[in-house]
Amino acid sequence: MELIQVEQLTKKFDDLVAVDHIDFSIAQGEIFGFLGPNGAGKTTTLSILSTLLKPTSGKAYVNGFDVESQKSQVRRSIGVVFQDPTLDEELTARENMDIHGRLYGMKQRREKIDELLTLVELDQRKNQLVKQFSGGMKRRLEIARGLMHEPSILFLDEPTLGLDPQTRNHLWDYIRDLNQRKGVTIILTTHYMDEAEKLSNRIAIIDHGKIIAMDTPKALKEQIGGSMIRIESPDTGLVADRLSTLPWLTKINAHNGFVDLNVQQAEKRIAQVIKALNDITIDSVALQTPTLEDVFLSYTGRTIREQEASAKDRMRQHRKTSR
Amino acid sequence: MMKALSAIYTIWYRNVLKYFRMKSRIIGSLGMPFFFLVIIGFGLNSAIQVPGMQVDYVEFIAPGIIAMSILFSSMFSGVQLVIDKQIGFLKETLVAPVPRLHLMIGQALGGATTALMQGILVMIIALFIGVNVPGITGILISLLFMFLIGLAFTSVGIAFASRMEDTHGFQLIVNFVLFPVFFLSGALFPLDRIPDWLSFLTYIDPLTYGVEGIRYGMLGVSQISPVLSFTALGGFLVAMLLLGSFLFNKIKI
Repeated sequence: MELIQVEQLTKKFDDLVAVDHIDFSIAQGEIFGFLGPNGAGKTTTLSILSTLLKPTSGKAYVNGFDVESQKSQVRRSIGVVFQDPTLDEELTARENMDIHGRLYGMKQRREKIDELLTLVELDQRKNQLVKQFSGGMKRRLEIARGLMHEPSILFLDEPTLGLDPQTRNHLWDYIRDLNQRKGVTIILTTHYMDEAEKLSNRIAIIDHGKIIAMDTPKALKEQIGGSMIRIESPDTGLVADRLSTLPWLTKINAHNGFVDLNVQQAEKRIAQVIKALNDITIDSVALQTPTLEDVFLSYTGRTIREQEASAKDRMRQHRKTSR
Repeated sequence: MMKALSAIYTIWYRNVLKYFRMKSRIIGSLGMPFFFLVIIGFGLNSAIQVPGMQVDYVEFIAPGIIAMSILFSSMFSGVQLVIDKQIGFLKETLVAPVPRLHLMIGQALGGATTALMQGILVMIIALFIGVNVPGITGILISLLFMFLIGLAFTSVGIAFASRMEDTHGFQLIVNFVLFPVFFLSGALFPLDRIPDWLSFLTYIDPLTYGVEGIRYGMLGVSQISPVLSFTALGGFLVAMLLLGSFLFNKIKI
């Protein structure tokens, strides 16, 4: 059963197209990840799905309900953990949960609060003011609160942004556990490769408001063709020229000082590559199995970090021109 | 119906809970009304005879000072909405399956309730320093007008807060409005025997009708009939509730 169905969804802010005619559907029980640089349109998509933003055009259905005309039913079906904190820090953990439960019209709140706070290991601190919590604890509390009204879908916007590695690992365990034990369908956005890869059953790579690839992490990596030989050289143009004639090459891509060769059974081709480049200066040769970063690179010609820098430029430009 | 009440009650409950948690704020905001009552009230008691009313000056201004504390407390309660925008809590309420109108009504009732409690504390102080104890009907009439003032000006505060992003800006704007509303309300002076221009300003100040209503409740006499006061204040309240809801509905996040 498709829990989320999105057709030609578009959102424009003045002249900036944040989400550009995207289509996707998410099945019950999936962990679905949106991967892309900051400013790619992930949060905007999530805001539309959670009824906080109106789409410019296109349709989106959550749990079978239209996000524009059936807001209340959509809101009841989803739990949302926003990128920025939304807790009342002057209240205790229990009070934050209780207010949430009341807003959703819940009768039996006490047991549910205890159960969820135990799940995220905050039951010992339920009567402490939230302002005394660490960043990781606040995040866990927000996740617990998002689950309070037993939504069938949980939205997580950059769930581990700004958290230390240990807390991130911990949180990933909770998220997987929630999905497996409670059957909650989870949709998350992230610009961390490892997060997308470790958590998601399926990933949509999103850039400039468009979905440029969507599949399981494994399939995405296989699509770009086996493993990869990465050659570092001061003269990448020459290297690329020389190698592009090799018949067994599936793909070649030169970018800031590196040439990446996508090759089947790369380990057996290294010797031939070095031989072909015998008169060109080479700084290093490395054998790499593909990562999602490579997938992103192969579709956009840039790494996520490069893309992020330029996205910030675009935003700045946009802000200037819109003044 | 029950669901609507439940959401309104939840927002109201949060406001009241936070009010009781800030003891220093409760005590702190009693300071100014206390000094007004004691120093201005007793200071000018012997110098001023209120024409046409058989009451001391301190008794005359006590309803005005109660109205003042409610006015300040209710207008400033709007700052909670600005803070909720900043800490993100507003998003948490906006994504809940609750119409915005219910959130706004809950917020308005919460602010009005805390303002009313503040007003009751000032009333108790006034009774302690020698203002005559009115009958039970008088107290009830006073409480009614106090609550109407609180609800109306909390709505004004919400209307301002809906358009503001930072707390300092909100406080500046509110202060700019508060003082003329208070000083023109006839809280400190009788309404007759003042220049026409001042009289005009006094009669268009909605707080005037609130002060007169409380005055009628506490002293049994007033310069404006309580029915007129109730009608004028009630009309202002409805207008401000509509304005507050309209602007709250337009908040973008």
